[in-house]
Amino acid sequence: MLKILKYSFYDLLRSRWAYAYFLFYLILGFVLLFLNGDLSKAVITLMNLIIILVPLISTIFGVMYFYSSREFTELLLAQPVRRDAIFLGQYLGITGTLASGLLLGLGIPFVAYGLFQSNEIYDFITLIVSGLALTFIFTGLAFNIAVRNENRIRGFGYAVLLWLFMAVVYDGLFLLTLIIFEEYPLDHFSLSATVFNPIDLSRILILLKLDISALLGYTGAVFKNFLGTKSGIFISCLALLSWIVIPLWTFMRKSRKKDF
Amino acid sequence: MVMMAQNVTGKTLTICQNCAINTIEEGIALAQSGDTLRVERGTYREYNLFVDKPLTIVGIDTPVIDGQKRGEIFRITADNVSIIGLKIINVGVSYTSDHAAIRIVKSEGFNVSNNELEQLFFGIFLEKSSRGRIANNRISGVAKDEYNSGNGIHIWYSKNVDVQDNTVEGVRDGIYLEFSDSVHIRSNKSRKNLRYGLHFMFSNHNFYGDNTFENNGAGVAVMFSKFIEMRGNHFSKNWGPASYGMLLKEITDATISDNIFEENTVGINIEGSNRIVYERNQFIQNGWAIKVLGACYSNTFRSNNFLYNSFDLSYNSRMNDNLFEGNYWSNYSGYDLDKDGIGDIPHRPVKLFSYVVNRTPETLILLRSLFMDIIDFSERVSPVFTPDNLADTKPLMRKVE
Repeated sequence: MLKILKYSFYDLLRSRWAYAYFLFYLILGFVLLFLNGDLSKAVITLMNLIIILVPLISTIFGVMYFYSSREFTELLLAQPVRRDAIFLGQYLGITGTLASGLLLGLGIPFVAYGLFQSNEIYDFITLIVSGLALTFIFTGLAFNIAVRNENRIRGFGYAVLLWLFMAVVYDGLFLLTLIIFEEYPLDHFSLSATVFNPIDLSRILILLKLDISALLGYTGAVFKNFLGTKSGIFISCLALLSWIVIPLWTFMRKSRKKDF
Repeated sequence: MVMMAQNVTGKTLTICQNCAINTIEEGIALAQSGDTLRVERGTYREYNLFVDKPLTIVGIDTPVIDGQKRGEIFRITADNVSIIGLKIINVGVSYTSDHAAIRIVKSEGFNVSNNELEQLFFGIFLEKSSRGRIANNRISGVAKDEYNSGNGIHIWYSKNVDVQDNTVEGVRDGIYLEFSDSVHIRSNKSRKNLRYGLHFMFSNHNFYGDNTFENNGAGVAVMFSKFIEMRGNHFSKNWGPASYGMLLKEITDATISDNIFEENTVGINIEGSNRIVYERNQFIQNGWAIKVLGACYSNTFRSNNFLYNSFDLSYNSRMNDNLFEGNYWSNYSGYDLDKDGIGDIPHRPVKLFSYVVNRTPETLILLRSLFMDIIDFSERVSPVFTPDNLADTKPLMRKVE
């Protein structure tokens, strides 16, 4: 499996996409820090960007990679290698590339601007962790789409729809539900609805940093109490983790049985 | 100092624990009008002290007067009384009468300064008194519930009072005014009070400036008053579901200028207030910078800075009769082609989302979601729900200094 991980990792490194992704974050990080000169503001801007951009790129990139490496996969399948190893290797290869792009792309400018001497290190870690989690989640979902759809156009379509649903439509439905059932106590509903969408969960982490004054008003207190405690953090991490594990598991199950 | 100079004519009696006069009560009884009582260092267990003649009571090295929670400490019923430099502790708590550390009844020309009040019910209580001064006092209580706590500085039916440089914390209302006119409240610090940092009711022609209000239950409440000037105050971290920097209710003809509102759940909450001028205020990182409820007419907002608030402005109606002009809005997205420092397209500060949140508060957690941004954007382009004349036609491109 490690060998396959290595192959797909190097394969991706040879393609210019990985570098483009890395350079994008590198330039973004430096430009933001250069313009603001302030670590905390740059972190906040990046948080806003990352919760939209990382899922989009991970989904598209995941689907694209799965389709383009199909011949290589078929070749590997003819060899005496376990299927699990092949697919898990590919998954880790691509997530590893994207994750290191994100980590290094943002890490280098922030470290250069004195991250370790500042108090923003925890905010930065939150940013990176949610960015990495979103990478793993949406690549996994993209692989699920790709393995179930032979038709590439349809696969891409589904991938874009998935992103659109998670990033935009979900919140729309969420809003409608809240307004329709406004007479009922909705604290627990809104809490669980947020936990069930990884993008929303990451967004709440930002709100807790940025809009704490507003949040301490109404429902905010519920969120603060929830996410401010150990069990709250544990539950949200668990939710993110299951968002990673469950799509990966369904993908592995499907790929084991699939007739290539 | 002026007060002391007046009283120099009288003689001085010294009170200390080993002196001929060893209680303040005795000192007051022996003193003539215009005398000065020097209270030397020590602890005096006394309460219900009635000052019924013009006296100056000066503490040397802050003597402690311990009321042992048995009642009121000083009750002043004469003109020209000064109480300076005492430490008064353990005022009695009562549910039938408002015990105070220092109560001034129907007197003029009083001076209460440099005192420390601790473990109190009411701190300084003015009752139908005028032309006096309350300065440099430090009042700190340990109030836990509203029903069994009193106010730091309580001014009732009084006129022409200067309240300056006091620090009030841990009481119910830091400074309370009712039916009191021409009161100047300047450079005080009011923090960590259970209810309001400053509370105004039916009090006209007052001024308050350069005060700091921090971490109070609900900030500052100004209600049912006219011609009030509020300048250079600092309101910060008033956090909570019913908390605001400033609450205005039925206020008319006031001026609110050069204040700083920082990190409050609501910066200013306005209800039924007319003809108010808001100028050069800073609204920084509040949940809501300004929340307008009910009928507010002919208000003017000019040269204010709105910086990084979750919502700059929220309305609950579709009518607008207020003028917004020449403010700086940190989330203004327009441009300035003619380079005159004024944005070329008007700014609409009310987001559609703020209406949604007013209606269903739970939706607040959708703040900063892409969905809400799209909705807000489309509303901004063509207003349907928000008042279409509510716009700053001359938004500034740079912060007001």
